[in-house]
Amino acid sequence: MAERTLFSVSSSPHIRVREGADRVMRDVIIALIPALVGSYFWFGIRAIMLTSISCIAALATEIALLLWRGRKVDGAAVNSALITGVLLTFCVSPRVPWWLVIVGAVVGLGVGKHVFGGLGYNIFNPALVGRAFLMSAYPVAMTTWQIPHQAVDAVSGPTPLAHMKIAAYKHVPDLWHLALGDVGGCIGETSAILLLVGAAYLLVRKVITWHVPVTFLASLAIFAWVFGRTRNDAGGTVIRLFEGVGPLNLGAIPIHLLAGGAILGAFYMATDYVTSPMSPRGMIIFGVGCGLLTGVIRIFGGYPEGVSYAILLMNMTVPLIDRATMPRLFGARALR
Amino acid sequence: MLATFRGGIHPASHKELTDERALDAAVPPELVRIPLLQHIGASSRPLVKKGDAVTLGQTIAEPGGFVSVPQHASVSGTVKAIKEFPHASGRHVTAIEIANDGEDTPADELEPILDWQNASSEALRNRVRDAGLVGLGGAAFPTHVKLTPPEEKPIHTVVLNGAECEPYLTCDYRLMLEAPDAILVGAQIIHRCVGARRIVIGIEDNKPRAIEIMRAKAAGLDDVEVVRLPTKYPQGSELQLMKTALGVELPKSKLPMEAGVVVQNVGTALAIYEAVVAARPLVERALTITGAAVGSPCNLRVRIGTLCGDLIEQAGGMNGATGRVILGGPMTGVALDTTDVPVMKGTSGIMLIPRSALVDYELNPCIRCSRCEAHCPARLATARIGLAVELDRIEIAERLHVLECIECGCCSYVCPARRPMTQLMRVGKSKVLRERARRRAHG
Repeated sequence: MAERTLFSVSSSPHIRVREGADRVMRDVIIALIPALVGSYFWFGIRAIMLTSISCIAALATEIALLLWRGRKVDGAAVNSALITGVLLTFCVSPRVPWWLVIVGAVVGLGVGKHVFGGLGYNIFNPALVGRAFLMSAYPVAMTTWQIPHQAVDAVSGPTPLAHMKIAAYKHVPDLWHLALGDVGGCIGETSAILLLVGAAYLLVRKVITWHVPVTFLASLAIFAWVFGRTRNDAGGTVIRLFEGVGPLNLGAIPIHLLAGGAILGAFYMATDYVTSPMSPRGMIIFGVGCGLLTGVIRIFGGYPEGVSYAILLMNMTVPLIDRATMPRLFGARALR
Repeated sequence: MLATFRGGIHPASHKELTDERALDAAVPPELVRIPLLQHIGASSRPLVKKGDAVTLGQTIAEPGGFVSVPQHASVSGTVKAIKEFPHASGRHVTAIEIANDGEDTPADELEPILDWQNASSEALRNRVRDAGLVGLGGAAFPTHVKLTPPEEKPIHTVVLNGAECEPYLTCDYRLMLEAPDAILVGAQIIHRCVGARRIVIGIEDNKPRAIEIMRAKAAGLDDVEVVRLPTKYPQGSELQLMKTALGVELPKSKLPMEAGVVVQNVGTALAIYEAVVAARPLVERALTITGAAVGSPCNLRVRIGTLCGDLIEQAGGMNGATGRVILGGPMTGVALDTTDVPVMKGTSGIMLIPRSALVDYELNPCIRCSRCEAHCPARLATARIGLAVELDRIEIAERLHVLECIECGCCSYVCPARRPMTQLMRVGKSKVLRERARRRAHG
């Protein structure tokens, strides 16, 4: 043999799915686009500007930290940082100063992610770490809201959940406006419909499964039905068990599902691979925990909104849930 | 539709490349190399020496123990060398190299057992061993061992594996189309040998013609049932097949025999027929030469010991830049660094992947998507075992049952982070076994 051809060798298998982690994460970004477009309609160009700033800051932080740590900068890292950037702006008020989202992105990715070892090793959802930091460091800026279609700095008003909290039920918008997103709130959380369009895309593409979002929203709904305060004629503040308005007697369920960050949190944040359990059983436990904690915070806690803290608290339980919900070995029964 | 196992994958089968290609006899090669180790168990011991003249079918090596088989000359000619040659394992393994004289002078060492219905189990079993039979599905476990159930574990069911779930491969399919009668006789010989009550033939439903033919041929036979298996990889894995065809779920650490079952590949059944009725030792097998880098993909009957390079040439040569040569199928096959490796008894295919379609793995961080666990047919905590092995925490991998891994490759196939999951499982398994051996040695 005069010439030897060199062949590539590797351990089997020698074929695999085309889809890589970068593509999976790109799907999440694609799914967030409808809600981003919606935010432009409700809150103006400022929403887009803040999202862009946040994404650039997130990207710069991710790349800088990867280079500093001597790690590879690849598509998965870049796209995951972009998701954090978008999700962070989606859960701040459209009226926050531009530098605030930079602080949030740097803290979220630095403290929330790279301190733990970067992509795949973080315990908490980085975007929610950023938001939690901003909530405690800049509470006023974080809770000054804007009424949609109004110029920035012209009018500010509380969110629907805040109206619920202070029992000003007559200010709670009707359900159609809540579903559409034409209400005060964070940049990306207000439009349930647009978020659900993206969520459907993620489910169809099998990026996420139903386990976390469905159990999250279902347990929140049940909790709200049992303990939620509903609009009553007198505008009273009594907790009314199992009682609601309308023929379906749904109580506070629709408001709790449509207002605030329930949809955003259930489909886009609690489903984060890295910070949620691995087995379907674990995901169900996690989703139920998120829903119940959200209900507890919203109805009995000090804040009007509880999605982000509920998810962060449940993030901490993931190692424990994972350990308790190991897959059952094929043929385990025969192993006596 | 039968209830099947959980997990598994649906890769593109690409069987259309070769499923219409009938099994032709390959041109006998000028030389063959018969490795002394082409099965699970002990190496065979050579009975010939350099310069000896050998005949076709002559026993040239004897079993090296109970779990071992003899080897036979697959051509007639002269022993050119007995030394270490490249082997599919990546190491060099001793093989007997024979120069073919082109005569195919038969050795006629064995006598046909035409009255196999009345032959003793022992006689049939000895014949299967003397013919050098191993599982032809890929694992290459000595067949006579599987046909030797312990007294206290009677066998009630013989499962014939015609699933051929591995993508690209079609040689078992062709055997079922071209030699259904011989396969059924082989199955009945197994049935007779172990004293079973019934025979179940499992075929994936992407092979309707094979199902139809086997059903038609089995129609007149008592106790033979052909079942349609849902097409899903790894349906042809022994344990997964038992689950789908019989509803019996056994872990890898148990033998099918413990559930009263013996599983044999359809190719093995055919070889059993040939060994018993035609008195032919295992010197030839069917295989598929396929892949986008092969000139003319086909199915061939080839002599054991033929070098891959010779066969690739017969299949139209390499078509463009070949990136990887695989002995076996794309999910479980072994990548070769040279085509100078001989076809062995367990070789079901040769696949050539173009350089442009190569798959590479990297130790990227796990993003915990848990797809590997959702698709694992053994239902292992794959992602976590992978992390444990990566961090060399072998005791964790052991506790998470890494030894139950069947190495089917589904985890690597689905991993979006491109982690070499199956390789991590293999590393974990070998480290656990080494650690156990060390512990035993030190009391």
